[in-house]
Amino acid sequence: MGEGGSRRVSKHSVRKQHSMWDPAIVRPAIVESFKKLDPRAMAKNPVMFVVEAGSLLVTVLFVRDVVTGHAVGVKFAVQVIAWLWFTVIFANFAEAMAEGRGKAQADTLRKMRTTTTARRIRRTDDETPLKVGALPEGVGGGEEVAATELRKGDVVWVAAGDMIPADGEILEGIASVDESAITGESAPVVREAGGDRSAVTGGTRVLSDWVKIEIRQDPGTGFIDRMIALVEGSSRQKTPNEIALTILLSALTLIFLVAVATLEPYARFFHGSLGVMALVALLVCLIPTTIGGLLSAIGIAGMDRLVQHNVLATSGRAVEAAGDIDVLMLDKTGTITFGNRQAFQFLPVSGVDEAELARVAALSSLADETPEGKSIVVLAAQRAIAPALPEGATFVPFTARTRMSGIDSAAGHMLRKGASDMVIAHVRAKGGPVPADLQAIVAKVAGEGGTPLVVADGAKILGVVYLKDTVKPGMRERFARMRAMGIKTVMITGDNPLTAKKIAEEAGVDDFLAEATPEAKLAYIHKMQEGGRLVAMTGDGTNDAPALARADVGVAMNTGTQAAKEAGNMVDLDSDPTKLIEVVEIGKQLLMTRGSLTTFSIANDVAKYFSILPAMFTGILAFQAVQGQPRSSAFWALNVMRLGSPSSAILSAVIFNALVIVALIPLALRGVKYRPLGAGVLLRRNLLVYGLGGVVAPFVAIKAIDLLVNVLHLA
Amino acid sequence: MIKNLRACLAITAILLVLCCAFYPAVVTAAAQAVFPSQANGSLLVQNGVTRGSSLLGQTFGDNAQWPEYFWGRPSAASPDAATSVLYSSGSNYGPLNPALKDEVEARVKALRDTGVTGPIPVDLVTKSASGLDPHLSPAAIQVQIPRVAKARGMQEAELRALIAEHTEAPTLGFMGERRANVLTLNLALDAKRPVAHVAPAPASSTALAAPNAVTP
Amino acid sequence: MSARFWILDVVFFALLVAIAIPFGRFLTRVFAGENRASQRALGWLERGIYRVAGVDPAKEHSWTAYAGLMLLFSLVTQLVTHVLLRYQHKLPFNPTKLDAVPPWLAYNTATSFTTNTNWQSYGGETTMSYLSQAVALTSHNFFSAGVGVCVAVALIRGLARAESPTIGNFWVDLVRVHLYVLLPLCLGYAVFLVSQGVIQTWQGPATWTALDGTQQWILRGPVASQEAIKMLGTNGGGYFNANSAHPFENPTPLSNFVQMLSIWAIPAALCVTLGDMMKSRGHGRAVFGAMAFLGVVGILVLGYFESKGTPLLANAGADLGTLGHPGGNMEGKELRFGIADSALFATVTTGASCGAVNAMHDSFTPLGGLVPMFNMQLGEVVFGGVGAGMYGILVYVILAVFLAGLMVGRTPEYLGKKIDSRDVRFAALYALIPAFSILIFTALGLMTEAGRSGIANAGPDGAPVPHGFSEVLYAFSSGTANNGSAFAGLTAYSPQHPIFYSLTLGLAMFVGRFPLIIAALAIAGNMAKKKRVPVGPGSFPVEGGLFVGLLVGTVVLVGALTFFPALAIGPLVEHVMMHR
Repeated sequence: MGEGGSRRVSKHSVRKQHSMWDPAIVRPAIVESFKKLDPRAMAKNPVMFVVEAGSLLVTVLFVRDVVTGHAVGVKFAVQVIAWLWFTVIFANFAEAMAEGRGKAQADTLRKMRTTTTARRIRRTDDETPLKVGALPEGVGGGEEVAATELRKGDVVWVAAGDMIPADGEILEGIASVDESAITGESAPVVREAGGDRSAVTGGTRVLSDWVKIEIRQDPGTGFIDRMIALVEGSSRQKTPNEIALTILLSALTLIFLVAVATLEPYARFFHGSLGVMALVALLVCLIPTTIGGLLSAIGIAGMDRLVQHNVLATSGRAVEAAGDIDVLMLDKTGTITFGNRQAFQFLPVSGVDEAELARVAALSSLADETPEGKSIVVLAAQRAIAPALPEGATFVPFTARTRMSGIDSAAGHMLRKGASDMVIAHVRAKGGPVPADLQAIVAKVAGEGGTPLVVADGAKILGVVYLKDTVKPGMRERFARMRAMGIKTVMITGDNPLTAKKIAEEAGVDDFLAEATPEAKLAYIHKMQEGGRLVAMTGDGTNDAPALARADVGVAMNTGTQAAKEAGNMVDLDSDPTKLIEVVEIGKQLLMTRGSLTTFSIANDVAKYFSILPAMFTGILAFQAVQGQPRSSAFWALNVMRLGSPSSAILSAVIFNALVIVALIPLALRGVKYRPLGAGVLLRRNLLVYGLGGVVAPFVAIKAIDLLVNVLHLA
Repeated sequence: MIKNLRACLAITAILLVLCCAFYPAVVTAAAQAVFPSQANGSLLVQNGVTRGSSLLGQTFGDNAQWPEYFWGRPSAASPDAATSVLYSSGSNYGPLNPALKDEVEARVKALRDTGVTGPIPVDLVTKSASGLDPHLSPAAIQVQIPRVAKARGMQEAELRALIAEHTEAPTLGFMGERRANVLTLNLALDAKRPVAHVAPAPASSTALAAPNAVTP
Repeated sequence: MSARFWILDVVFFALLVAIAIPFGRFLTRVFAGENRASQRALGWLERGIYRVAGVDPAKEHSWTAYAGLMLLFSLVTQLVTHVLLRYQHKLPFNPTKLDAVPPWLAYNTATSFTTNTNWQSYGGETTMSYLSQAVALTSHNFFSAGVGVCVAVALIRGLARAESPTIGNFWVDLVRVHLYVLLPLCLGYAVFLVSQGVIQTWQGPATWTALDGTQQWILRGPVASQEAIKMLGTNGGGYFNANSAHPFENPTPLSNFVQMLSIWAIPAALCVTLGDMMKSRGHGRAVFGAMAFLGVVGILVLGYFESKGTPLLANAGADLGTLGHPGGNMEGKELRFGIADSALFATVTTGASCGAVNAMHDSFTPLGGLVPMFNMQLGEVVFGGVGAGMYGILVYVILAVFLAGLMVGRTPEYLGKKIDSRDVRFAALYALIPAFSILIFTALGLMTEAGRSGIANAGPDGAPVPHGFSEVLYAFSSGTANNGSAFAGLTAYSPQHPIFYSLTLGLAMFVGRFPLIIAALAIAGNMAKKKRVPVGPGSFPVEGGLFVGLLVGTVVLVGALTFFPALAIGPLVEHVMMHR
């Protein structure tokens, strides 16, 4: 979805995208593909294990023949044997490439937890109470330990300029933290004890102030550690779909094993023999080596794509589940709407001119850097009202206590805007009247889901600025696409049902959950799951944790609390809640790639049969041969591709079978193109491309290879 | 387990009674009451003598010995050695079987020997599936008209009319082939113009099959 | 191919649809216990049976219990048959004084009828007493068909239900299918067959002096009652050696037409039942469409090659044209059926696991003979055996949905049920077992003297030919697929070699039946337990032309990839040789 940008890599990503054939990855992958010939490693992949066993068998037999001097057709045999081994090596290479690309990602991740030292001020098993509020005894207090030695429950002290040694929760203090190593966002973020911004990630750096952090992870079990293991492929568990697919591929392999093995007795019935070489070649060509060779690469590459989108997952299972999501729960604020409220309308009380209200509102906001303030100035400007800040005026910022902001002129005249009750109190204190229609205006705005800001000029109330939460542009279309994919979108909001309904309609979501409490969210997820649906949600607060844990895909924002991050099965380093949509697409792409390549692999077999089978049986039923034609066994009539000779036919099929693995590595690593379309349309497309294409392509390719083989006199 | 075994035995017994006693008994009773002729084999009885079944073809040990009858389809059926009952069977020759080639060639030759010059319909020289096929295509009967006419001293037109009488059209116009029943046709021939059977000098050494002959 | 050929096939399919819809709806009601009209008539009997048997009809079975009872019932009834065959000489209704059926033949035959195969290594006329025919064999014509329907219905239930630990009560399903479906239908059907000339008598053989003066003895017996269930239950075991080619079994083109319809009646109706029970009539239509498509292709191929005849017949001097006669390859065919009715019958009988024949498949042209063989190797899913065709195609549906389902980017889902690795494991076993059985047993047949000695067709000097290979391949395809038809030249039982084919075909029939049923029931149990996801636009579509194409493609590809080499060695090469 080019226009929507799901294929785009997060713009802040620090992880570089490696070009497909980056030598830094290819070179070690080549070495690795030979190392992977170890049968113990191969046994995990039944399809390729059979190929290796077959290759070994023909090699041993060939060597025996050479030693005993019985070898015939050496040139042909050597080539077939070589290509059989290439088949195994190419499959290993695909896996090694995926792992290599993963490793490259992992290395960048790993840099985040390079050996830093930490000042431990309390060990996890220390029973003495922690002195709260006290600074550690002087700068450099506590014991200095390597970050890798920190255990869960340890408390460390991190001062400005130090690296945060491991994931943890701030117990005390406030600091600005540079998290660019993870998020790529250069602006520092504030992290403080308590609330939803208390989690810190290992590998980030404290820029100012100090914090006491309780370590929440034993070494090697942190989120990043798990992710490293996953992208490297070392701890990759097969996902449920992968297991099912492996079963199917193993069954197919067994069927072909029998179909090929029984050919020898069939041939003997006609007093012929086929030879081990041809049988092994046929077997290797028939069993689904293409998908068998690429299967693990596809899985690793899926994780890799997720990391490129700055999302970390705890398991491959979670990525796969993302493709299955039926219900997407999205927070209204910040995800569907801008979250900051924008000035929408000036509503003067009776007797006040709208321009006057706009002028005062704009004046009071000129020095206000909040998005709300800026939007008031913009709205006034749209009405050609652009007052200048009076000389000597001072800005009165918003505080939690006053809940008002504005300016005081040099003469002491006060312009204020703020929450209605506070402004009314402010005006009353100055002896001003409260206009009769003010309450009605305030009530109307609130009723529509907006925020009323009352504006006062001195003791006179002028009217109300209607602040409205606006839906981000393009969300409607996005949700429509989700609907086409069969995904139901649900908006979660703390607003009252009326307001929620209005925004839900505007945004085009399918459902909403108003006045959402953590319990309500949990109950909603439960209800959906009872109905068999898979639910994804994002969250950041500690109170989101139960719902994140309950959801099938829970994406925690990296800015969120440690509790939220532990509860979810993914963390979005960019803390971008709309990313969930892309996560879903990555999951779908992963499954589609597997399905498409499996179909392609199996469909290929038709052509392989037609190239190898006539060649194998060429010596059999030769009593039917037409005089003067050397290869006129009845079987050779089945050579519909008109391949040059029996040996070139076998060789061409084997070469095709090996090369197609290499040819499809880029597709396996990139994934097949995903378009947010209905299942029917997707199926038709993919069946056409990978099913029908899979039948036709090898006919063309094998014929071409055969021409080349014959031109070069290889067989 | 005992409970299940009891259920199994009880249900087996009840179903056996229903399916293998009650059911065939009812069908037999109904069949004998409503369609007694069909139920007993559609036997052709002339003057109290059973001549055969209108559904079953009759072959001649050696066709050449019986020029006065229309010859039906060749048959692979043979009497069983132990029980004498006719054992229905096809030849089961594959399409390339040399024996099939020899046999078809021999039958074609036998027909040519009787003076057939035109095309010989394939059904006249191939064995049926049951070995008891009572029918021939009109074309396959017509090629035999000159021989039968000669042997019986009948007009060919007379035979043609008789054949037409015994020809059945496809049911509803599309089920089955247009066909004539060779046995009823031959019996009609005998009724119309009986001739004493005089076997011509055997063309081959094949002896006339004796009653109850055991020739598989 | 004649105009008659086209009209016949079009009318056949039109009538099949017309029958399947009301019949399928009726089956839905029967298995839900909502067939009020017929229950008013026979409900007392049904309840009585439960009482006598001590069965609580309200108590349902888990899939393992269902499978266990199915096995128990099959074992008990197979033993009954085995004993009856072994002691037929001591039992009544044996007018031709036949001896006991020899032990290996009895084993093979009992297995054959229990598994709905009805492979016959014997000729009915000369082996089976009336009692053996009417009780030992006919009972299984009912029972094996009933069991097949039970399993199909249980599997559909498993797919249709959500979060259910059970898949139905085996005894209830079994009793209902007999009481409300098979018995009433057969009663009317058998009488109709008698009207056409099928015999139904307990009199001994008929005898007469033939035209040539020889004495002919023709066996008679209670044929119509056996014939009706033989067709309706897709059993196929003939009373006579020549099966439905014998005029006493299939006397007229009309009886032939009705027999063909009755073979596919229940399997086709089950497609409608599938749509009803799964609340997706479109899916039922799609499954029917896929089966019908495969059937039509088979009919066209078979009809084309049979009507073309063979070079051998032409060279030997036979006229293969169609002026005044059917023409084509008439070796082994009955004239009243000609090419058209024989080609349709052969496709129908092998598409379903019936195996009754009205023409000798062994004498078909190479590619004509490939059609029945391939139908069986596909696992009998061209409507298929009664019940067996339905559970077979549903396993293919699961495989197709699994493979293609991944391609729409979701965990594959079949009408809201996610397909997990357990389902795939059993579906894979379902595909694996028949492939192993057919290919390995065929190899054994070719490697052993006992196996080779049964082969009838050979070259001029007795040299092995592809057709001989085909006879063995056909036998094990037929046995494994529980079809029962044969390239009948193969001598599967002879006093010299009583064991080889009896044993291997017996095993093939067994593994082609019970392990597959257990796999199907395991899938039923696993599916029944699952939650159902509501079907939406992102769900995998299981109706419409695209799905029909996918299902057909999966069936053909799996079958073709497994059996292409064997088919190449047999019919394909024979075809090439025929045109040399």
